[in-house]
Amino acid sequence: MKTHSLRLLAAFAFIVLSLGSLGGCASAELTRVQPWERSMLADDLMRPDRDPLATALTEHVYFSRESAAGGRGVGGSGCGCN
Amino acid sequence: MSWPEFIACTFRTRTIRLAAGVAALLLAVGLRAELKVGDAFPALKGVQADAALPVTAGHVTLIDFWASWCGPCKSSFPVYSRIQSDYAKDGLVVVGVSVDDSDAAYRTFVRRLAPTFVTAVDARHELAAHVEVPAMPTSYLLGRDGRVRYIHVGFHGAETEKQIRREIESLLAETPSSS
Repeated sequence: MKTHSLRLLAAFAFIVLSLGSLGGCASAELTRVQPWERSMLADDLMRPDRDPLATALTEHVYFSRESAAGGRGVGGSGCGCN
Repeated sequence: MSWPEFIACTFRTRTIRLAAGVAALLLAVGLRAELKVGDAFPALKGVQADAALPVTAGHVTLIDFWASWCGPCKSSFPVYSRIQSDYAKDGLVVVGVSVDDSDAAYRTFVRRLAPTFVTAVDARHELAAHVEVPAMPTSYLLGRDGRVRYIHVGFHGAETEKQIRREIESLLAETPSSS
C-alpha cells in the first residue's frame, strides 16, 4: 500500500513537473533571444541576401526546378504560366 | 526496502528538488519586469567604465544602451555627443552603456566615433537584463530624482534628436523639488 502511494505521488509530481516545464517553454522570457544577445544574429554572415550573385543563381535554380517564377512574393503565382 | 520502493523514494526526492528548482526559476523570471516610466533606474555600479562614472544623483541623466553591431547606434552617437556638449553646462549627464561581448569591438567603435560622453561596458549583461532593454538602442531619460521620465526605443535620426532635446529642456527647467 505504501509503495503504491509513493508511486502515485511520484507520477503526480512527474506530471506537475512536466506541465511546469512546458509552461516555461511558452514563456518569451525563457525562449526569446534578448535584444542585448543578438550580436551573432546581427552579423553580416547571417544575411541571406549578402551575395547578390549567389541569390540570383539560387533563384534561377529554384524557379527552373519548381516552375515557380514569381512564387516568392512577387506578383503572380507559382503556376509558371506568367 | 524493496527495489520498487527504493526507486519510488529516490524519484520522489529528486522530483521534488527538480520541481522546486523549476518553480524558483519561473518565479525569478516572473519577478523580472521591464523598466517603465516612473520606475527608479538601478545603480550603474555593475558596469565597467574606462573613465570614472559621472555622478548622476541630482542630475538629469540620459542613459543609452548600445552595441557596436547595431546600425542605429552608430547614427545616435554623434547626436548624443552634441546633446552632451550643449547641455552639460546645465547639468545633463550622458552615459553610453555598451552590451558588446567583444571588448575589441567596443573599443574600436568608441575610438572611431569618439563620443564626448562617458561610455561603459555591461559585459555580463547584468544591467541590461535587470532593466530588460526592449531593443537596441534604447535610451532612458531620468529626472533629477533618478526616476525614468522618458524611454526612447530605437533611434530615428532628427526626429528622435528633436524630441529628446525638448524633453531634456523640460527636465532641466524643473526645480529639484518639483521633479
